[in-house]
Amino acid sequence: MTARVVLTIAGLTLREAARRRVLRALAVLTLALLGLSAWGFSRLTATSDFGTLTSGEARLVASQLLNLVMFGLSLIAALGTAFLAGPTLSGEVESGIALSVLARPVRRSTVLLGKWLGLVAFGAGFIVVAGLSLCLVVRLTVDYWPPQPVGALALLAAQTVVLLTLGLLLSTVISPMASGVVAVGLFGATWIAGVVGGIGEALGNDGVARVGTISRVLLPTDGLWRGAMHAFQDPSVLTQLGPAFDGFPFLSEAPLTLAYLAWAALWVAMVWGLAAVSFVRRDL
Amino acid sequence: MAPDSTALGDGAVRAAADLVAGLPPTAAVWCTGLRKRYGRHQAVDGVSFQVARGEVLGLLGPNGAGKTTVIKMLLGLVRPDAGEVMLLGRPASDPRARVRVGYLPELFRYQPWLTATEVLALHVRLAGVRVPAAEQRECLALVGLADHAADHAAGRAADRVGGFSKGMQQRLGLAVALVARPEFVVLDEPTSALDPLGRVDVRDLVLALRARGVAVLLNSHLIGEVERVCDRVVILDRGRVAAAGTLTELLGQREVRLELTAVPPAAQARLAAAGVVDIAGDWVTVALPADDDGTAVPDLVADLVALGVRVHAVEPGRISLEERLLGILRTGAEEPR
Repeated sequence: MTARVVLTIAGLTLREAARRRVLRALAVLTLALLGLSAWGFSRLTATSDFGTLTSGEARLVASQLLNLVMFGLSLIAALGTAFLAGPTLSGEVESGIALSVLARPVRRSTVLLGKWLGLVAFGAGFIVVAGLSLCLVVRLTVDYWPPQPVGALALLAAQTVVLLTLGLLLSTVISPMASGVVAVGLFGATWIAGVVGGIGEALGNDGVARVGTISRVLLPTDGLWRGAMHAFQDPSVLTQLGPAFDGFPFLSEAPLTLAYLAWAALWVAMVWGLAAVSFVRRDL
Repeated sequence: MAPDSTALGDGAVRAAADLVAGLPPTAAVWCTGLRKRYGRHQAVDGVSFQVARGEVLGLLGPNGAGKTTVIKMLLGLVRPDAGEVMLLGRPASDPRARVRVGYLPELFRYQPWLTATEVLALHVRLAGVRVPAAEQRECLALVGLADHAADHAAGRAADRVGGFSKGMQQRLGLAVALVARPEFVVLDEPTSALDPLGRVDVRDLVLALRARGVAVLLNSHLIGEVERVCDRVVILDRGRVAAAGTLTELLGQREVRLELTAVPPAAQARLAAAGVVDIAGDWVTVALPADDDGTAVPDLVADLVALGVRVHAVEPGRISLEERLLGILRTGAEEPR
């Protein structure tokens, strides 16, 4: 009975995502990103002295550009999922859609799990399709293929999952629009804190470096993003660029540790649990 | 099962069957001592009532009396601070209690990106009840959305619920409440968005449900609607049950209007003993006891005349549910059940 309800709600959430304007907006933004990056990369090879660069330098530029474009993609995914996850719960509670659904013989935690699974499927599906298209665009235009595309896309998908779980938790306590805004705001703030921390590390300032570390623990989006970047970028980049580029925001120095991945999984489980507790206790 | 055990248990089985048949059927809903506080506001304060199987119960009361909160507590949508609810024989905290419950919320909205047919299919799946597609279409036709069901059957692109008018959405809500073969239906203001014709449809629908033995809890501002279809009425005021009873119990009470002059104190005492409802100038309205055997009015008039009162007019009257409701709400008095 529970599995049937979870699958029904997950399917409903996917259908909602597919039929609402969010999907169209997401598709337009992604196509714009794909088109612009394809055009940009092709201009780069055609007009600049890209051809005169050594193969190592060319790979370096291409790998940096891929990270930059993937950052754009992760931003689109973050916005898309946060603004899908927000309205899906609190929007339905506000409008009254939730009343008739929750008066059925279903547990609220089951409904929440179904929603979450539907959003995860949607967010991860989007990342895989759009991310793979971006990789292909880069491959076709500048002939660069990331070393670990599967791991990188999985980490990007994990980042989306983290953010949509946060969006779900927020939407059980605040209004739909506010939850989307807060989730995206926190995502941006963590990224900036990560950049600040990177600069701190480059300068050898432990206090500033700790800002990045702490923010990465509090909200694992930036940590996962750095892991994804590391898997997208050419392994020789770090040695080539040297210490002058320490703290550069589109460069990741180390792969993710298993401990951090485990923490991210635990974080998602805890935030989901909080969302469930908050949703179960809520008066509709 | 072995044949000898059947033979052995025959008498026992019959005895058990008789015992079960003799048990009163569990109520569609039974609640006791429901309380709910929102901040400083005590929205519901010790509400208890029950709806028997196949009975139509009307919930009446002014705005803010706590009617919708009570309904939401019955359905597990709002957590009561105190009190107990049994739905169709199960505690309401068990979601399975709601398998055979249909609900039309006061704030009715359905997934705007789905068609009417899809909304019904969704609710049937969530209820875990097998209802053939044809029966689901019949349900849409029953509430006057047959065109939309037909559209879907013909394979045409059916309209999404987002494009529905308020009235159409409320009709869809009725279909949602009825589609999973409910044994208990809760209708919270089911006609708020309907035109007079739609209201008649809803009235017929409630009567048809009662004829099929389905219990209905009807919350409505339209007293006339309640008066026409309800077997019993619970009147809520400021979160409490102000009165409850069958319509005959609440309305069977008759009254008499008297035009009197020269009323001495002794006659006033006699009137008060008879049950004065209202005094306006020379006109005195007296509520008659429910168990009146036809002697109350002549006795009262004879006594008044004997006391020297000049009686100009005696008019019989019958209290409408509306007057009764207003009377109860104005005095706030607890009425005998």
